Amino acid sequence: MDILNAVVVLANFVLIPALSYGSQLALGALGVTLIYGILRFSNFAHGDTMAFGAMVTILFTWAFQNMGISIAPLPTALLALPFGIVVTAALLLATDRVVYRFYRQQKAKPIILVMVSLGVMFILNGIVRVIIGPGEQRFEDGARFIINARQFKEMTGLEEGLAFKASQGLTIVVTIIAVAALFWFLDRTKMGKSMRAYSDNEDLALLSGINPERVVRITWILAAILATTAGVLYGLDKSFKPFTYFQLLLPMFAAAIVGGLGNPLGAIVGGYIIAFSEVTLTYAWKKVATYFLPASLAPDSLMQLLSTDYKYAVSFTILVIVLIFKPYGLFRGKAV
Amino acid sequence: MRNAALFALVAALYIATGMMQSWNTALAIFNMGLISAVMALGVNIQWGYAGLFNVGIMGFVALGGLATVLVSMPPVTEAWAAGGARMLAALAFGAGTIAAGIATFRRMQPGRRRALAVAAIFAVGFVLYRWAFDPARDAIEAIDPASTGYLGGLGLPILIAWPVGGLLAAAAAWGIGKTALGLRSDYLAIATLGIAEIIIAVLKNEDWLGRGVKNVVGLPRPVPYEIDLQDTPEFVARATELGLDPATASSLWVKLCYTGLFAAVLLALILLTQLALKSPWGRMMRAIRDNEVAAEAMGKNVTRRHLQIFILGSAICGMAGAMMTTLDGQLTPGTYQPLRYTFLIWVMVIVGGSGNNWGSVLGGFLIWWLWIQVEPIGGFVMNLITMPLPEDSGLRLHLLDSVQHIRLLTMGVVLLLVLRFSPRGLIPEK
Amino acid sequence: MSGADPQMAGKPEPFLIGEAMTGGYGRGADILHDCTIAVDKGQIAVIVGPNGAGKSTAMKAVFGMVDLRLGAVRLDGQDITALTPQARVAMGMGFVPQTHNIFTSMTVEENLEMGAFLRQDDIRGTMEQVYELFPILKDKRRQAAGELSGGQRQQVAVGRALMTRPSLLMLDEPTAGVSPIVMDELFDRIIEVARTGISILMVEQNARQALEIADKGYVLVQGSNAHTGSGKALLADPQVRKSFLGGTE
Repeated sequence: MDILNAVVVLANFVLIPALSYGSQLALGALGVTLIYGILRFSNFAHGDTMAFGAMVTILFTWAFQNMGISIAPLPTALLALPFGIVVTAALLLATDRVVYRFYRQQKAKPIILVMVSLGVMFILNGIVRVIIGPGEQRFEDGARFIINARQFKEMTGLEEGLAFKASQGLTIVVTIIAVAALFWFLDRTKMGKSMRAYSDNEDLALLSGINPERVVRITWILAAILATTAGVLYGLDKSFKPFTYFQLLLPMFAAAIVGGLGNPLGAIVGGYIIAFSEVTLTYAWKKVATYFLPASLAPDSLMQLLSTDYKYAVSFTILVIVLIFKPYGLFRGKAV
Repeated sequence: MRNAALFALVAALYIATGMMQSWNTALAIFNMGLISAVMALGVNIQWGYAGLFNVGIMGFVALGGLATVLVSMPPVTEAWAAGGARMLAALAFGAGTIAAGIATFRRMQPGRRRALAVAAIFAVGFVLYRWAFDPARDAIEAIDPASTGYLGGLGLPILIAWPVGGLLAAAAAWGIGKTALGLRSDYLAIATLGIAEIIIAVLKNEDWLGRGVKNVVGLPRPVPYEIDLQDTPEFVARATELGLDPATASSLWVKLCYTGLFAAVLLALILLTQLALKSPWGRMMRAIRDNEVAAEAMGKNVTRRHLQIFILGSAICGMAGAMMTTLDGQLTPGTYQPLRYTFLIWVMVIVGGSGNNWGSVLGGFLIWWLWIQVEPIGGFVMNLITMPLPEDSGLRLHLLDSVQHIRLLTMGVVLLLVLRFSPRGLIPEK
Repeated sequence: MSGADPQMAGKPEPFLIGEAMTGGYGRGADILHDCTIAVDKGQIAVIVGPNGAGKSTAMKAVFGMVDLRLGAVRLDGQDITALTPQARVAMGMGFVPQTHNIFTSMTVEENLEMGAFLRQDDIRGTMEQVYELFPILKDKRRQAAGELSGGQRQQVAVGRALMTRPSLLMLDEPTAGVSPIVMDELFDRIIEVARTGISILMVEQNARQALEIADKGYVLVQGSNAHTGSGKALLADPQVRKSFLGGTE
C-alpha cells in the first residue's frame, strides 16, 4: 500500500486532465448558455464557432512565428488570441445581422432558430475546412511542461511521475481569469445586469428601456470571446482538428443542461461534472488500485469501466439522467 | 401544375446526367436519390406533421445498416460456440438490470433510500454484466478476427432486414422519445444528436456485433450479380440485341432491379403517408403542431402523439438505412458522418417543403443530385477561377484541394436561403 | 364625440387621456369600443368592471400595447398615440404589469437599478425614496426578488416602475393574489405615491376597495364606458352597486 504514489498517479491521469478538459468544456458551455439565456435557442453552431476562432488564432500564430515574434515561455497563440477573438466577434455580429436578426424580428419559434444555427454550422464548418483543411494542425510552442515526469520523480523521489503540461496550466489559469471577468461583468456592470434582466424577463426589460439589440450584440461578443478562448485552449492542449469541435457539442450541451440552460454558474459546474465523469469512467484504475490495495488484492484486470471510445456516452447518459429527473438542471435555468 | 413542372425539372437533371455523363452514373445517383427520398419522408413526418426536430438521423440510418448484417449474414458457428450463449446471457442480464432499476424506482417512495437502492442495483448490475460480457466478447472476437470475429447474422434473406432495420430504429426512438419528449423542443434535438453519436460509437467499437471498423463486406444481395448475368447466354444475347456490351448492360440491369425495389418502397410509403395525412389522425397531428396548448386543452395527450410520430419517422429512417446498406453491399461504420447523414437530409426536407410529402421526395432527389454534382461542377469552376495562377502556385493547389469542402458551404447556404426566403419550400404544405 | 366623458366637457384637458379608443390586438376583433379613460395630475383613477370587460386592455391601450383603429392618447397635451411603449416609458409613464412584473433571479436592488436603466444621473436618491415608501425592501435588498412573498414582490414591481421618476404610474391589478391585509397596505402606499404628485391609473378586481381610494372611477362593460364618476359617487350609485358591487362583500 502506497498512498502517496497512488495520489500522484490519480493526479497525473485523472485530476489534472479532467480539470483542464473541464475548464475547456465550461468555457464552451458558458457560451452556449449565454446565447440560450439571451437569444433563447440552443446554438448548434457553437462548436464550429470554436473551430473558427481557433483557426483564426492559429493563422495569426503562424504569422507571428514567421515574423519571429514570441512571448516564450508562453505559447505564441496566447498573443494571437485577441486577434482571433476580434475576427470571430466580427463574424458572429455579421452572422447575427444577416441571419439571426430576421428571425428575431419575426419572433420565430426557438426550434426554427435552432435549425438556422444548423445552417450556420454547415457554413462555418465549410469555411474552416476550406481555409485550413480538415486535417490536424499543431501550433503550440513555448514551454511544453511546467513540471515533467522526470523532474517530478527527481524532486520527490517517488516512483510515479507527475507531468503538468504548460497547456493544462494555461487552460486553468485562463479559465479562472475569463470566468472571473465574466462574472464581474454580469454582476457588477450596468450592461451586464441589463443582460441578466433581459434573460430573466424580456418584456419587463423592454419596459425598463433596455435596448434588446444592444444586449444581443454584447452577447455575441461574449460568445466570441468564450468560444475562441475555449477553442484555442482545447487546440493547444490536445490538437486542432475541425471535426473534434463538432464532437464537443454534445458534452458542451450536456454541461449547459446539467447546470441549467441559461445559468452561467451552472454551465461551469456542469462542465466539470461532465469532464470528471468522462475521465473517471474511462480511466483504467488498475495502477491506482495497485498502489492503494495490499498486494494480495491487486487487480488483474484494467479496471476500466468504459472504453475511451464511449466517452460521449458518458455525457449522454448524464444528459439523459438530468432530463429525466431534473429537466431544468441543477441550478434551475430558464424555462421557456 | 407547378409541382409537376418541378418534378419534370428534377427528372431532366437526371436524364441530362445520363446523356452527358453515363446512364450508369445517372442510375446510381437515382438509386441513392430514392433512398434519400425515403429518409426525407421519415424526417418530414416528424418535422412537418409534428414539429419535432430530429438531429440524430444518422444514428437511425446506421441502425438500419446494422440490421442488414444481423439478418442476412451467415451465422459464425465457431463464434456462437465460443461465446454466443454467454453473450446472450450477459445482454439479457444487462437488460434485466435496467428493468430492475426502473421497477425499483417506480415502487419505492422518493427519497435518499430510493436513490441509493437504484444506484446500488445499477452499480452491482454493471459489474456483473461486465463479468459476464467481457470473456464472451473476447472469445467471440478471437475467432478468426481477420475475416469474422463476430457472431454473424441469421442468414435470412436481406429484404427482411428492411423492416427489421425499421424496428431497431423504432426501439431506439422509443427510448429517446420517452426521455426527451414533453420537455423543451431543443432537448429532443440535443438528445438525438447524442444518441446518433453513441450508436455510431457502438457500431465502431463492438466488434463482436458487427465487426466494428473492420467492416462487414459481401452482404448478400436481393438482386442478381453482374458476373452471373454476364455468364448467362440469354442475357448477353438480349444485351447485344439492344446494342449494349454485356458488362454495361449487366451493371445497368442490376441497378434497375434496385431501382424497382426502392421505388416500390417509396411509392408504398408515399401512399401510406398521404392517407395518414388526410385521415383524422393526420389532422389531429397538424392541429397539435399548430397549437399545442389548445390541443392539450382539448384533452389530446400531446406527448404521447409526439412519441408515436417520432417512432414512426425514425423507423422509416431505419428502413432507409437498411436499404442503403443493402445497396452498398457492405457495412462501414467509419463512413457515417453527421453532415452527410443528418444535415443533408434536413436540407432535403426544408428545400422540398416541410409538411408536404411530395415536397420532401422532390427535395430528396434534387439535393442528392446537387450533393453529387456540386463537386465536379465546383472543381470545374475552381479550375476556371484559378486559371490565371501559375500551375504550382500554393494558393491554386489549396483552392483546388478544398473543392470537396465547398459542398458543405453550398448546402449551408442553400438551407439558410430557403429558410429565409421560401420557408415553406418548393412544394409548400397545403 | 358621443363616447367622450360628459363631465370632461368644458374642463381643461386632463394630464393623461385615452380618448374614444377603439381597437384590439393585432387583426383580431375590437375589444374596446369608443372607450375613454383619463386621469388628472396627482390623482388616482381606477378602472373596474366585470370579467372580460376589457379593463386591462383599456389600460394597455393607453400604454401603446393595443392596436388602436380610432381614438387618440395624449399625455400632458402631447399626442403620443403613435409612440411605442418604450418611448412612453421615456416620456414618464411607468407601467406595472399584472404578472411577470419583476426580475425574479435578480436582487431587489438590481430590480430597482434596472427600473432606472435609462437614467444617466445619480439614482441613489430615488432608490432611498422607494425604500422609504417600502421599508421592507431595504431590509431585503440583497435578496433575489423571486424569493419574496407575493405582497413584497408587488412592492418591488411598483418600486421598479417608480425608479424612472414617472409622472404617471399605471398598475394592472396590483392586488391580484395578495391577502386582504396586504391589499390594504398596498392601497395605502399607492395613495402615498399619488400624494407626491404622481398620477395613478389602475385596473382593479376589488372594485369596492379601489373605488374608496379613487378620485375617479371608470366602470367598463364590454369595452365601453358604462359609468364614470368620482369614486364616492360610483359607490353611492344604486345601479353600480347593484350590478358590480353587490357580490363583492
